[in-house]
Amino acid sequence: MITLVVNGKPQRVDSAPDLPLLWVIREDLGLTGTKYGCGMALCGACTVHLDGTPIRSCVTPISAAAGKKVTTIEGLSPQGTHPVQRAWVELDVPQCGFCQSGQIMSAAALLAQKASPTDADIDSAMAGNICRCGTYQRIRAAIHRAVALKKGGAR
Amino acid sequence: MKAARLSRRALLKGSVAVGAGLTLGFRLFSRGAGSAHAQTAGVFAPNQWLTIDRDGLVTITNSVPEMGQGSMTTTAIIIADELDADWNKIRVNQAPADPKRYANPVTGSQAYGGSRGVRDHMEMWRKSAAAAREMLRQAAADEWGVPVDSVDTEPGVVVHRPTGRKLAYGQLVDRAQALPVPQSPKLKTPDQFRYIGKNLHRLDAPEKATGRGVYGMDVQVPGMLVASIERAPVVSGGKVQSFDATAAKAIPGVKHVVQVTHGIAVVADRFSTAVAGRRALKVTWDLGPMAQVSSAQISSEYAALSRQPGQVARKDGDVEKALAAGGRTLEAAYEVPFLEHACMEPMNATAHVTPDGCVVWAPTQNPGGTQATAARIAGVPPEKVTVNTTLLGGGFGRRGEIDFIVDAVETAKAVGGTPVKLMWTREDDIQHGFYRPATYNVFRAALDGGGIPVAWSHRIVGPGILAQKGRMPGNATVDPAAVTGARDLPYDIPNLQVEWIDKDFGVPLGFWRSVGSSQNAFITESFIDELAHSAGKDPFEYRRALLGKSPRHKAVLELAAARASWGSPLPAGRARGIAVAFSYGSYAAHVIEASVAADGAVRVHRVVCAIDCGIAVNPDQVKAQMEGGAVYALTAALYGKITVERGAVQQSNFHDYPMMRINEMPVVETFILDSGAAPGGLGEPGVPPVAPALCNAIFALTGKRVRTLPIRPEELRKA
Repeated sequence: MITLVVNGKPQRVDSAPDLPLLWVIREDLGLTGTKYGCGMALCGACTVHLDGTPIRSCVTPISAAAGKKVTTIEGLSPQGTHPVQRAWVELDVPQCGFCQSGQIMSAAALLAQKASPTDADIDSAMAGNICRCGTYQRIRAAIHRAVALKKGGAR
Repeated sequence: MKAARLSRRALLKGSVAVGAGLTLGFRLFSRGAGSAHAQTAGVFAPNQWLTIDRDGLVTITNSVPEMGQGSMTTTAIIIADELDADWNKIRVNQAPADPKRYANPVTGSQAYGGSRGVRDHMEMWRKSAAAAREMLRQAAADEWGVPVDSVDTEPGVVVHRPTGRKLAYGQLVDRAQALPVPQSPKLKTPDQFRYIGKNLHRLDAPEKATGRGVYGMDVQVPGMLVASIERAPVVSGGKVQSFDATAAKAIPGVKHVVQVTHGIAVVADRFSTAVAGRRALKVTWDLGPMAQVSSAQISSEYAALSRQPGQVARKDGDVEKALAAGGRTLEAAYEVPFLEHACMEPMNATAHVTPDGCVVWAPTQNPGGTQATAARIAGVPPEKVTVNTTLLGGGFGRRGEIDFIVDAVETAKAVGGTPVKLMWTREDDIQHGFYRPATYNVFRAALDGGGIPVAWSHRIVGPGILAQKGRMPGNATVDPAAVTGARDLPYDIPNLQVEWIDKDFGVPLGFWRSVGSSQNAFITESFIDELAHSAGKDPFEYRRALLGKSPRHKAVLELAAARASWGSPLPAGRARGIAVAFSYGSYAAHVIEASVAADGAVRVHRVVCAIDCGIAVNPDQVKAQMEGGAVYALTAALYGKITVERGAVQQSNFHDYPMMRINEMPVVETFILDSGAAPGGLGEPGVPPVAPALCNAIFALTGKRVRTLPIRPEELRKA
């Protein structure tokens, strides 16, 4: 039995210790916002936060999450109003949207670390997230917009 | 498991009116006898596309699957505009599979590709909404006892102009429901559009920014199992000779192992268990003739065949005579690879087969084909098959195929009464796709003394998608999908011949974003660039001078050149390339600025796109499609290559079939040319000119002509 905290809620998971966290999140906890895209940490669709750090849940064994805090897209903000989410909606970033949970989780982690990331910071933080619809230009703009929203929110 | 959300949606979908009648020149079903809504008090349901309830909530049914192109929003904009609906009081449902009511009126089938959402449906949707608006006006006029021509509409309300009295749509539903549906409603003139042409936000952005959107992969049905199929180690034609499932069945959680058309399905309590079960299978395969096929052989046989004449796709004048006339001649050979769609969401579908029916949940571009396929496999009539079209995690043409529907329904049927979610791995997805055809192309051209082309001969060797699928139109000898973008060359050249040599090695083919134009624009727009440089002329001016009979091509070419400041100085080490193409009803031209590093690595800095799509319903989403099209095309130009060895696709995941990433993203600037023409497509037209514009920039910079895709940096390396 492995215990972890997902989106603030303690969870006990009875599964093989090598089962990737992604499948616990999706299949055991029913949180389907986190996506399977490649299974090899190549596309970033499965990105969640583990104690605040963005990780690829498709290659992270559940044992590595034992006793830790996991945040998924569903837990990023109670009402979907995290500055990154607001910026994503404002700039109509998503197309098919399948990769966007992972994109948003990577972007939110970047902003938590750097209040005003440069384009180079964005490139290095977001290069692990593939978007096949090609929304990168809007992702970049939305991250900058989220910075402004965050600052505005503190007013 | 949480199923409530989908179940409720399914119920809602099922409640849409079922009626009969043929009106307005297309199948627009009026409410009436047999209509569910005829008995639903308080709902105005004039046809299958919209309903209004007493609260004034307008429910719009979108028949075009939402695969990222924004159909959910675009459909709603068109209907809401003509209805004069309040944009804040609309809801959009995805249509059920029901070709009688929801088929594309142009193609006649409930399958979506070819960038047909707006261009094929706009007139029908506008008439449907205009009819509803007329009924609401009449209902208000009756209520007030005034002439109908004295009442007008504003968003969500009918207004009596002389007195300023107002009635909300919700207050009129009962009266409107009793009125006859007008057959020739008057449409707005473009200056009356309220939403069309404005930038409206995507309705699906909030659910996609919060993880709430339900894709096929996210479907959860009570009691369902998850399955994965072990497929043949060849791309097609492999068959199971025998298999031993003993070890697989010994894995805790593996529930069933069943043989299906595409291999051996392992059905388990969860995905990882199903995949573990696959690995434990011992399967003996009959690989079939595909095991003899390799990309090297395909390439060399194409080249050999290119020396023979082909089926003539277009013949103007006498090319051979003009080539023999003694002017300057050029020859070149171009080659493009197979490509896979690589939708972010791997293929999947969920099915529940019962003795008297079947329910399918699928991220499909083809709800009609899904219904027909499920009916055939389940052995029930199509009306007994409910198809819930979920959000699609990418489509690009891949999800018009029904192979993953076959997988899910066959597996669900085999396990008898238990719902099954059938999921592909990324490796399954890359290695068992329907590929953009690889082709080999030979050009010959002759220029007159002024450098103007007088002869253009283009011979294409490769397979035909429609030919392979047995869907050739009539008694055609040339596959339109193979020659599109080549035989409609827009340049005014007196002697012009395009030929096609059908050579199919059996690699499964599919419609890949912009289909034939995806390679033919690269090939023709590169070769015209060669002619321009050979003539010592500016590639933009050279094209422009030859586009006298193609004014819409010319207009976007000029707009792109102007916005990109064509001809102005660039920083050292950068150059521009230009290209133009028509596809799927729209005209696009691109100017690309690129540089090449000492090691040959190509960097794209700026993409300027001019697009004439006729009416731009939602201009910001037109731009989004151009941005996305550029990335899709650049990914292919820089990296895209599927190769086959002994019948098996050699690539398997994003490490060896790489995608462009944000650190490689150029600035994309889109300029919409408002031609006032009928609407064109948008999903695809942003793709074709991109690869040639890039390769033409590389030539301008390095003097090296890229004639084989993807671009090979080792050939661009500075010596």
